Amino acid sequence: MKTKLIINGQDRALDADPRVTLLDALRNHLGLPGAKKGCDHGQCGACTVIVNGRRVNSCLTLACMHDGDAVTTIEGIGMADDLDPLQQAFVRHDGYQCGYCTPGQICSARAMLDEAEAGWPSFVSEEMDGAIDLSQLSDEEISERMSGNICRCSAYSNIVDAIREIAHEKQGASA
Amino acid sequence: MTETRTMDRPDRRNILDEAAQGVIGTPMDRPEGKLKVSGTATYAHEYNLPGTAFGVLVRATVPSGRLAHVNETSVADIEGILGVYSDERFLRNPAQGGANEAPVQGTDIDYFGQAVALVVAETFEAARDGATRIQLRLDADDDGVFDPASSPPEAQPDEAVDQGDLSAAMADAAHSIDVTYTTPGHNSAAMEPHCSVAEWQDGNLILRGSYQMLKYNRNEIADAIGIDPAKVRILSPYVGGGFGSKLGIAPEAVAAAIAAKALNRPVCVALTRQQVFENVMRRSESKQRVRLAADKDGKLSGLGHEAWVSNLPEESFAEPVLQATHFLYGGDSRKLDLYLHRVNRICAGSVRAPGEAIGMQILENAMDELAHEAGIDPVELRIRNIPDMHPEKDIPYTSRKMEEALRTGAEAFGWDKRPAKPATRREGEWLVGMGMATAARINMLQASEARVTLKADGTAIVETDMTDIGTGTYSILTQIAAEMLGLPSERVTTILGDTDLPPAAGSGGSWGAASSGSSVFVACEEIRERIAERLDCKPDELTLKDGQAICGNRSTPLADLLDSDICVEGRIESGKLSQKVQSATYGAHFAEVAVNAVTGETRVRRMLGVFGCGRILNEKTARSQCIGGMTWGMGIALHEDLMFDLRDGHLTNRDLAEYHVPVNLDVPQQDVIFIDERDGESSPIQAKGIGELGICGAAAAITNAIFNATGVRVRDYPATLDKIIAEMA
Ligand code: FES
Ligand code: FES
Repeated sequence: MKTKLIINGQDRALDADPRVTLLDALRNHLGLPGAKKGCDHGQCGACTVIVNGRRVNSCLTLACMHDGDAVTTIEGIGMADDLDPLQQAFVRHDGYQCGYCTPGQICSARAMLDEAEAGWPSFVSEEMDGAIDLSQLSDEEISERMSGNICRCSAYSNIVDAIREIAHEKQGASA
Repeated sequence: MTETRTMDRPDRRNILDEAAQGVIGTPMDRPEGKLKVSGTATYAHEYNLPGTAFGVLVRATVPSGRLAHVNETSVADIEGILGVYSDERFLRNPAQGGANEAPVQGTDIDYFGQAVALVVAETFEAARDGATRIQLRLDADDDGVFDPASSPPEAQPDEAVDQGDLSAAMADAAHSIDVTYTTPGHNSAAMEPHCSVAEWQDGNLILRGSYQMLKYNRNEIADAIGIDPAKVRILSPYVGGGFGSKLGIAPEAVAAAIAAKALNRPVCVALTRQQVFENVMRRSESKQRVRLAADKDGKLSGLGHEAWVSNLPEESFAEPVLQATHFLYGGDSRKLDLYLHRVNRICAGSVRAPGEAIGMQILENAMDELAHEAGIDPVELRIRNIPDMHPEKDIPYTSRKMEEALRTGAEAFGWDKRPAKPATRREGEWLVGMGMATAARINMLQASEARVTLKADGTAIVETDMTDIGTGTYSILTQIAAEMLGLPSERVTTILGDTDLPPAAGSGGSWGAASSGSSVFVACEEIRERIAERLDCKPDELTLKDGQAICGNRSTPLADLLDSDICVEGRIESGKLSQKVQSATYGAHFAEVAVNAVTGETRVRRMLGVFGCGRILNEKTARSQCIGGMTWGMGIALHEDLMFDLRDGHLTNRDLAEYHVPVNLDVPQQDVIFIDERDGESSPIQAKGIGELGICGAAAAITNAIFNATGVRVRDYPATLDKIIAEMA
């Protein structure tokens, strides 16, 4: 089945079995193994990528449903010789150990900050509407919004440290 | 040449402290970090070799019996199917850690979920379809044992201690405790599902796998498929978490190798998440009885710890629940016994901190019960019971920072604010309490080898088949070599995870850092001597720093000094010292919890771990190991629970939606304090293990805090809300 995807800003053509998930398309067909498979059932977040600006579990969606969609993977956020500040913060704060959940954590965090900025409430939010000042984003908000990404190495404290640093800086930069 | 050091006597020279580079112990970022955060570190599944076929394992749906027939025609019409494999060489279960030979093999079925066949196809989708549709004829036996308690317990004589008279001590005690707890099974649930890509080249097997202890894994798979180990190469440069689950060669590797041989092309077999639960090691459930007899001041006169665990027939592994109980606390009268039940369930084996993870948990719950009974502060009770000598072997301890950890932790956590009387602090609908526990874990040094090459251009390479499973091996071996050779860490490259390199101890039992680190140290010491020779100076007068060799008032760039590479292999072995002293790591856990008075839900608010693990090689990765372990303690205390159906032994919660591991919001910001320590009796780099200590006792600190908050003791883990609310007044 032919599908056109815009992956990390590049047009990519895929011709694959319609059963191929977006995750397996990236990993097995398009040479982008950054997104990881931890469960294939939407239970762990390791496969998180950003589709048209929103984070999705790429194991839960078929590639052929995304004709024309813009997909950002970890490789599009930054490569080893040109890391994004968020990736650098993960390195600095040791926001990982084995590294397997990490691309999913970073993609998720990137989209999560946009969601918070856009005023999407979370389970722990006090207010139901209104943009959130990222410089005030609390640890509890970060933790709740990142709870779809399991880290069995349990770098959670460090992941929160890394995201908080970027969230608080981000607001400073745009203010 | 190989330089060998045997640990027959202490090494208190603290050479790493004398060295001048100043990189050892620092919180250096992981050298492989850039690859991990950009998704370009290569895990087993990610090689995409040309012509790779994909295999999916098929499980048995009877708990006991045999595979009688595979109906290959049932999948013949699926486009892309290449073959269906079942074989007498298939593994019943993974090899135990360090087994060094194949585990039980064959097509007999001993547990529900056992992998019995492999469907291979051109694509993953076709293989998955085939694995769902394949028709197997399974002849079922009706002799399965599904309730561990229904099989006769086999005593484990090596674990048994019968010293003094515990019954008399209990009868005479001013304060005594006799309690029984149960803990459920656990799964490591590493985020990377096990995966093997097998490829044959000229009769040699190349296995890209997700494994922790390669030198053993090579022999295990060679034995399983019947070839010379010299014909096997295993590559595991990146491993997406292990926690014991990747210690021994596992069914997917053997199945992939057999299929790859038959098809003459690479075969990739990844476990599904459900198969990770069913086909790799579970931590055994346990029943544990602890008896404590104490005088009026809380000093123990007697200690009893009995435990009942389970495993499959023919497996010798019995969760070593009593491992820390043997040496941690005094008490002249002692009765320790471990029993193993045989059961048709997933194989039991090592899951992070086998033994102490659940043994320390219950011992520390019992100590909390004794403290409450005797009206003695729990921290004080522990300190009063630190023995002078090993209470069973009468040998001394190596460096032991237990009291410092307990006192430091109490001070830093604000332990004095804990109300001694339970259920007295309430904030709205939350009941708040504090708890603590001692942490302890045995420490071992294992044979390990590494090659260090100081290149003529003044850079260095460290090579060993050691693995980094997230533990920080890339970092610490780089730092040891950089410190010893006086090089900025960017000038040292560490290459791991390849059986073509010198065989290391592997990542297991918390021994990886101290053992593989010592082998690098031994090699570097020899290189230093050779540099000293060239400068005509004594090794202890040589200073190496920033690529300069300094002797007296002469400073020479290494690159000028060397006309060729210096290459040395270092080997460390445990020696006579290990029998003469008890080596272990110690610490203290402190937790504050809030328990909802309406629902019984527990939230951990704060957690502090204080640890003494010898020299800290990298403060950042060491801390990460500890917070990881502490989080596992939360999981064990509150969530994790493998649930087996007692009618056929099948695991009912075999995915991450049903088996609950802690997620981000479950975990508060954690604090870790390291006690400065050098343990020259444990390794020549004065370091000890750190990967498992963080769990040992952690769950008890949380459940002891629940008791302090509510007055409820949950003696059947995990402490879920239903169990707490049922007991709340
Ligand atoms: S792999 Fe997609 S959520 Fe786990
Ligand atoms: S870093 Fe290993 S699972 Fe998160």
